[in-house]
Amino acid sequence: MNHRSLDVSGLPSYKFSHASLMWWGLMGLIAIEGMAFALSLAMYFYLWSQAPQWPIAAAPPDLRWGTLNVLVLFASIFPNHWTKRVAEQGNEPAMRLGLLVCGLFGITLIAVRALEFTTLNCRWDTNAYGSIVWLLLGLHTTHLVTDVYDTLVLAALFFTPGPREGRRHVDVSENSMYWYFVVWSWLPIYAVIYLVPRLTQWTA
Amino acid sequence: MNPVLESTWRDPPGLWGTLCAIDHKTIGKRYLVTAFGFFLAAGLLAALMRLQLARPESTLIGPDLYNQLFTTHGTAMMFLFAVPVMQGMAIYLVPLMVGARAIAFPRMNAFAYWVYLFGGLFLFISLLFDVGPDAGWFSYVPLAGPQYTPGKRTDVWAQMITFTELSGLLAAIVVIATVFKLRAPGMTLARLPLFVWAMLVTAFMILFAMPSVMLASTALILDRLVSTHFFNPAEGGDALLWQHLFWFFGHPEVYFIFIPGLAFMSSMIPTFSRRPIYGYPAIVLSLTTTAFLSFGLWVHHMFATHIPDLGKSFFTAASMMIAIPTALQIFCWITTMWKGRLDLRTPMLFVLAFFFILVLGGLTGIMVASVPLDLQLHDTYFVVAHLHYVLLGGAVFPLFGAWYYWFPKITGRLMSERLGRWQFWLFFIGFNVAFYPMHHLGLQGMPRRVYTYPVEMGWGALNFLSTVGAVMIVASVLVFIVNALRSYRRGMLAGENPWGAGTLEWATASPPPAYNFERPPVVRARDPLWQPIAEPPAEPTQVTGLAERAREVLVTTVLDALPSHRLLFPQPSVWPFVSAITVTVLFIGSIFTPWALVWGGVPVAIAVTLWFWPKRREQLDSLALEKRP
Repeated sequence: MNHRSLDVSGLPSYKFSHASLMWWGLMGLIAIEGMAFALSLAMYFYLWSQAPQWPIAAAPPDLRWGTLNVLVLFASIFPNHWTKRVAEQGNEPAMRLGLLVCGLFGITLIAVRALEFTTLNCRWDTNAYGSIVWLLLGLHTTHLVTDVYDTLVLAALFFTPGPREGRRHVDVSENSMYWYFVVWSWLPIYAVIYLVPRLTQWTA
Repeated sequence: MNPVLESTWRDPPGLWGTLCAIDHKTIGKRYLVTAFGFFLAAGLLAALMRLQLARPESTLIGPDLYNQLFTTHGTAMMFLFAVPVMQGMAIYLVPLMVGARAIAFPRMNAFAYWVYLFGGLFLFISLLFDVGPDAGWFSYVPLAGPQYTPGKRTDVWAQMITFTELSGLLAAIVVIATVFKLRAPGMTLARLPLFVWAMLVTAFMILFAMPSVMLASTALILDRLVSTHFFNPAEGGDALLWQHLFWFFGHPEVYFIFIPGLAFMSSMIPTFSRRPIYGYPAIVLSLTTTAFLSFGLWVHHMFATHIPDLGKSFFTAASMMIAIPTALQIFCWITTMWKGRLDLRTPMLFVLAFFFILVLGGLTGIMVASVPLDLQLHDTYFVVAHLHYVLLGGAVFPLFGAWYYWFPKITGRLMSERLGRWQFWLFFIGFNVAFYPMHHLGLQGMPRRVYTYPVEMGWGALNFLSTVGAVMIVASVLVFIVNALRSYRRGMLAGENPWGAGTLEWATASPPPAYNFERPPVVRARDPLWQPIAEPPAEPTQVTGLAERAREVLVTTVLDALPSHRLLFPQPSVWPFVSAITVTVLFIGSIFTPWALVWGGVPVAIAVTLWFWPKRREQLDSLALEKRP
């Protein structure tokens, strides 16, 4: 049989964003983890619906550290966005700087998060309210820690001597993408952990 | 065989190579063999239960062991056989069917396999040490909670779930990324083989359903391990929360076992009817509709609880509604067969059995979807009969057919038709003899999960009949094993396309070379091998220009499969295996102390970092081929 060929040798060897395979893998992870967050929030509301009062025998968590975390998380969008942009331009010195700044933001956030756990005004083993609050915060903290670790490993890679391929820049770009998920998923969790107990007390 | 491509894509030899393997065909075969092993082990447990129930007041097996047997049987069949075996079929076949050199994220794919293997072994080893889970495969609280099931049995169940679901989720991502980004040029979504459509839909369902059971099992082990109160009503928790979380996963699970069964049907029926499938768009729409509806049925497992009546009515309606897309597909298949020239080879016998058995299971499904009848039949053998008719009819019969159908592709040799027919009839008759009487036993009030029953109940005869059926099923599976082993060594050589099928996996050698296709195809039709090509061809028929000495693949666009870029794939590596070991240590450690999540996390982090860290050789290869976008 005769064949006619489609020559693909002229195509680029990597692409960014949704053209890349990595983006789709990441979206899969985000779908899974987003689902886990959504279901945990559903658990919170379900338990609330079963309780005579909410929060159960506890004061609402203190606003201070959680709110600070909202501010720092949203501030961290800027260095991440910048790092994503310089990654897509292929500017390695800027990527090194960007990854370091993002990593520092991440470490700060983990430190604030540790303080947050001390001012929840409940324990996981007192009642179901405490359990679900700790589960929500714990789940988000897991994402925080893993993505900060990921950022630091990428930074280490970019500080080791080359040669380095352009497709590693896709990793940097997608690392920022995942960070956006960590930031935006915090908003509903923050609202539920900190504002819902105040809302229920205020309406009562 | 192209020796250059073969040496580029081959997994390394020897024991080391076994641990490093990432070829999707190797991993797919491992999934199939491992899942079949768990099927045999869990089937053996079922045979033991049938022996115990064969006569009233039998003392063969005591209540404690019996509890472990039915729990492990159900858990293994659902979590270690039915879901992974379908993923194994997808991992082996999807890249071939879409004309790709490899599967997306091959190392993650290998990692998912190892996690699955270790999780499965963990369950069965626990059973051998008398710590097999014993609270039923859906592990209801409060029975499974710390108060009523102290000891480690339920912890084993909970961590085994987290294990295998992690593996299932990763495999789902692998399949989605492969289908979306690695299709042959020209294979638009409208030309995607129905098998691939079904596996894609399944993967998406897994993505949205499995997090629910992982969350549930995590909350359960937290209740048991660090005294949280998610399911403890005394401290504001709620036992029904468990049922919601479990069935929000559990009902879609039934459908992501069933939809791959439909995938096999839609592959075999056109081939053995010698014509393209009738109603391709209707079938695709039915698959996606089934997937959506399956997320709105979970409460029908909870009709015997204090859910509000309005809620029950909604879920009854949804349960009835999901029969519609399945019926639509059945009519499309019947039309295909009606309008074609039927060739009744062994795979086709299993296809025809699907119609008979699944329809019976579907009818009892409509019966138990109605609340008053369900209240009567809940937790009786009627439900056991129903679920086996649905799951075996909808998934296991097509799966056996699929094994006869793709065995020649995987091994290069055809299975014996004579033994195949023996196996089919033993299985078909044995299945009905084993499970049909259970409908009557259920109507007579025999509850599930009892280790024995008094003579006066009068259930002895039907139970004995059921055990006779179970023996026939065992014989049938033995015939299958003999057939597979003999055919593997001495079966008739298959050639590329022994059935004259139309999809791309039949366009390459059997078994396929490590690189799948010497020149990846360009696709112009839904059944590319049935599409006549003009001489000389007016359009390109194959892809050239990919590196031969490096693992380069072609990435295409999501909707239209237009060539997008070339991508260098990773080399085989031992780190997925090592990472799976560290994850196993973490999971098993966490049964004994919550601190395992902390210290166990360190080796996991080290292993995955070394996995990610690029080797100098690979970087140089990559740079040599690099072309900026």
